[in-house]
Amino acid sequence: MSDNDFIWIDAVTKDFGEVRAVDNIDMKIKRGEFFSLLGPSGCGKTTLLRILAGFESPTVGEVYIDGQPMSAVPPHQRPVNMVFQNYAIFPHLDVRQNIGYGLRKSGLTKEEIHAKVDEMLEMIKLVGYGSRRSTELSGGERQRVALARALIKRPKVLLLDEPLGALDKKLREQMQLELRALQREVGITFVFVTHDQEEALTMSDRIAVMSRGQALQVEEPTELYEAPNCRFVADFIGSMNFFDGKVISLDNGLATIDAGPLGRISASCPAGHVTQGADVLVAIRPEKLSILTEMPDDQANMVAGQIGPSAYLGDRSHFYIKIDGRDEPVAVASQNMERISDRFSGGTDRQVWLTWSQEAVVLLPPE
Amino acid sequence: MSTSLSIQGPRFGALGVYALLYLAFIYIPVLFLPLFSFNDSIYIAFPLKGFTFEWYEQMAASNGLIAALMNSLKVGSAVAVGATILGTFAAKAVTRYKIPGRGPVITFIMIPLVIPGIIMGIALLVIANMSGLGLSLYTIGLGHLLVSTPFAMLIMVSRLEGFDKNLEEASQDLGESAWSTFWRVTFPLALPGIIASLLLSFTISFDEFILAFFLAGTDTTLPVYIWGQMRFPAKLPAVLALGACILIASFFVVSFAEWFRRRGTSPQTSSGI
Repeated sequence: MSDNDFIWIDAVTKDFGEVRAVDNIDMKIKRGEFFSLLGPSGCGKTTLLRILAGFESPTVGEVYIDGQPMSAVPPHQRPVNMVFQNYAIFPHLDVRQNIGYGLRKSGLTKEEIHAKVDEMLEMIKLVGYGSRRSTELSGGERQRVALARALIKRPKVLLLDEPLGALDKKLREQMQLELRALQREVGITFVFVTHDQEEALTMSDRIAVMSRGQALQVEEPTELYEAPNCRFVADFIGSMNFFDGKVISLDNGLATIDAGPLGRISASCPAGHVTQGADVLVAIRPEKLSILTEMPDDQANMVAGQIGPSAYLGDRSHFYIKIDGRDEPVAVASQNMERISDRFSGGTDRQVWLTWSQEAVVLLPPE
Repeated sequence: MSTSLSIQGPRFGALGVYALLYLAFIYIPVLFLPLFSFNDSIYIAFPLKGFTFEWYEQMAASNGLIAALMNSLKVGSAVAVGATILGTFAAKAVTRYKIPGRGPVITFIMIPLVIPGIIMGIALLVIANMSGLGLSLYTIGLGHLLVSTPFAMLIMVSRLEGFDKNLEEASQDLGESAWSTFWRVTFPLALPGIIASLLLSFTISFDEFILAFFLAGTDTTLPVYIWGQMRFPAKLPAVLALGACILIASFFVVSFAEWFRRRGTSPQTSSGI
């Protein structure tokens, strides 16, 4: 056991009757890591979290935490604590009793528990809220109480089940940063479940993207965004334009691809990634496309099109460019660096050219 | 209740009359009880003869009546506690655990609700005699337990379904075993349901007649005793006096139960009773 496999999810499968919620997942989580399980609802991420907490037992496989197999350990004896999606603050107890709930069997005296709860109230910035009930707290305050109640136990692992889902956008963004800072401060391994890709990218050291009970890719946020390994991951994280293509030639890390309506394009790709003659899925992020009003010369990757519908989002605009031979318009995201009411004189249907770099192209296995 | 009655506009006339008739239908017969309990005549008929406390004195002096009342209170209390304990644990099992055959189990527990009392009474009488148990207040209590438990379970199921089961998981997650979680979380949150279940089970036992009639030994419960007294017209006014007393007592008990139930219904743990 090293710090790299502090949590080892060893070939875990979980069936609920006919439904396979978790399908043969093998995953290692490092000590002190902020690790996210990201996926749409029903992908098995919450089930996997509940297996770590001990509320579900795997149908097949074993979970090790800090080297110890967990299947024989009931939830109340595991070195993990959980922040529930709806926080599960005990309604019949006040904030102080909620936070101190787990210390009853700790062997501490009343005074010591009181001091520890004070410490926690200070950490979550709720000093003076000790005698309130959960109904007298806002969503953000409840979330902090749930966090303090779990952290006061000094768990080896903190499990968080979409803890920010119920908060409004501004508060959520603030809590993301606070949670991240807190995790660095206490140094506890966090396993965080979310369906919000932006949230996962903001907070995590590593992310596992899950779909239909499987972990498709486990990577750091930048890698996940820049080098997704399949269509699902590419599509789920951020947005993506996809084109069917065929590899025509391979030369020294540079592939020439026939990408249908885009024509012949070149893409940098690591050796051994694709083979000549193979079908590939060409993926290009909207923000990696540039819109030019004049036809450029000397551009390997270029396609002509007409401006279609657009959406103004304040800091950036989304344009949908119609290109010949393709029904679906190509999405382009463009930063609004200057104040402009109409980016392209002539408006809709104006002729434009899209260009992009070799590095912007991601080659994925075909469907 | 208040909102549904405060209907405005032309429809109030017809609906208002209907509501008054409805209330009269329910409460006027009951109100005859206290009325005639103060009437200075052994015959229950108008016109009223005069005001008297005689029947209340007679009631207090009637040893048989008081003994039957005490029996009913004893059996009712024991049944309330027993049915509530059984109902709570059964409700906990069917709402919280994945037990095989959950549907059939619930159906079997609920069946006594639809079996006619007279059938049940005969069946239990046969069993009590065959097993050599003999007839006593205990057999009445067991019979009442049988019919009260389904009600207790229904109340507790809706109460337990009414609050988040994550609360119990959170408690386990924080280091409490299943048993201590029950006492630290489930019990306090289910308390309003438990009170309601105690009151309802007690009431069912207290006014149950058929089973008590079949299963009574030498000691009888109040309904059976009263039925026996019906043969003697002179004893009837004392029964009316007792009825008036019970009416007032139940009014207070029900008011208390309702107050308690509302108090226990916080916005977070929506009520389920």
